[in-house]
Amino acid sequence: MLDLLKGPIYSFQEFMLLMGRAFRNLFRRPHYPDDLWMQMDIIGVGSLPIVMLIGFFSGAIMALQMARALNQYGATSQVGPIVAITLVREMGPVLTALLVAGRNASGIASELGSMKVTEQIDAMRALGTDPIQKLVKPRLLAMCIVLPLLTIIADFIGLVGGYLISCPLLHLTTTSQYWSSAWRALEYNDIAQGLLKPFAFAIVIALVGCFYGLQTTGGTQGVGRATTRAVVVASVWVFVLTFFIGKLFVRL
Amino acid sequence: MSSADGGQEVLRFEEVTVRFEDEVAALNRVSFRLLEGESRILLGAAGSGKTVLLKTSIGLIRPSEGRVYLFGTDITELPEDDLIDLRARVGVLFQEGGLFDSLTVEENVAYPLLNQRHARFAPEEVRRRVIEALRFVELEHTLDKLPSELSGGMKRRVGIARANVTEPALVLYDSPTAGLDPITATTIMTLILKARDTKNTTTVMATHRYQDGYLLASYRYNPVTGRIERAPVEEIRRGGTKYLVLREGRLVFEGTQLDIEACDDPYVKKFVKRLQD
Repeated sequence: MLDLLKGPIYSFQEFMLLMGRAFRNLFRRPHYPDDLWMQMDIIGVGSLPIVMLIGFFSGAIMALQMARALNQYGATSQVGPIVAITLVREMGPVLTALLVAGRNASGIASELGSMKVTEQIDAMRALGTDPIQKLVKPRLLAMCIVLPLLTIIADFIGLVGGYLISCPLLHLTTTSQYWSSAWRALEYNDIAQGLLKPFAFAIVIALVGCFYGLQTTGGTQGVGRATTRAVVVASVWVFVLTFFIGKLFVRL
Repeated sequence: MSSADGGQEVLRFEEVTVRFEDEVAALNRVSFRLLEGESRILLGAAGSGKTVLLKTSIGLIRPSEGRVYLFGTDITELPEDDLIDLRARVGVLFQEGGLFDSLTVEENVAYPLLNQRHARFAPEEVRRRVIEALRFVELEHTLDKLPSELSGGMKRRVGIARANVTEPALVLYDSPTAGLDPITATTIMTLILKARDTKNTTTVMATHRYQDGYLLASYRYNPVTGRIERAPVEEIRRGGTKYLVLREGRLVFEGTQLDIEACDDPYVKKFVKRLQD
């Protein structure tokens, strides 16, 4: 039993050490702004179309599925607040994070993993540069900057999707009522957790990707394994974290 | 040829043993000293510990026992952060060149200039030095090529340019001619001699080919003719360039070209004989 736990606990310890080193290096020279820009472009601009698409459909689906239930109680005018609250609090951050985890945790893990198995990480160290500074830091920072921004965009596009279903299509409510009720429904509490979540997810996604990439052993097959693990672990952590952060904000 | 007259100590191994996961020792109680301006040839069969020794000397691998001193600093337990700055003073050529496959030749050679912690060069200066380093290995026309577009010999030459671009105090070459045809191998060796003798760089070269060691130990680069020529016997005898012969992780021989030719050890003889035939 103890032996079974040894592996995961050891991994967790290594992960925490990597996290510690990454954060300690955040404010230390050298900084590599070019790498940061490149990562922001890859993660942010690269994920934008898919994040917008998924954001749109999640808002639209929410409105569509809620239509009948709300109709039953004669509360169709509440569709705006429902879409707004579910999107901002939960769906926007989690769906965006899952997409980015699938796209970029895998990308980071496979890139760093390939570098590891072809000894380019060692070459980097031998040439007097720190892989944490050169590879991990730009990815971590870029993720922390762009994931909240992507989430905000997904939330907004989702509201538009919900609007298109509920007003022009199903005539559940009027345009002005949809937008004003949606806007009024959001409290600071919602916005705060809606923005804290993507920030926490960003740290996890970037570091999990880097961690499994840098731990890669065993040639090209190892790269595949590292990539799969990074996506699975990052996704699981997104759900675990969203539960605990949600719990933190729920006060009845 | 380099001199042995009491320069500063660059590298020292004291009874260094390296073990991976408690198995057979990859290095077994290895001790040697290397002074500024000197050269060492690590000769040994595949798996004798040459690469491990090179990696241990810059702290990429930590010794299980013994101590390693690089530029007078004990690096045996030095934190990675401090090691990084020490490594910036060392140039390394990896076995297959070790180039970054997603960077162009120019970016590869510029990498140490742009990314080391204390390196702060203006873009024009970086470009000038990159072109100069590539001209040194006669590859200045490949600036925009990716490593995958280069032949094996060209990759090594780019690797040599990158190892020397920062004008390091110590350069390590890991099997620079492995897997190359004899003509390309001689070109690579000429470049290594040129790099060593024009800048008087302290050099360590790992190889399993005695011919390469022979060139490094008994030839020198003549900047006037641009060719390599035999070094005078007195210079060889002075012992600036020595062989370190490794066998299964143990150092079995240390000595000059003259010593190795006179050596009776059957393992060492196997290497030497091949050339005399």
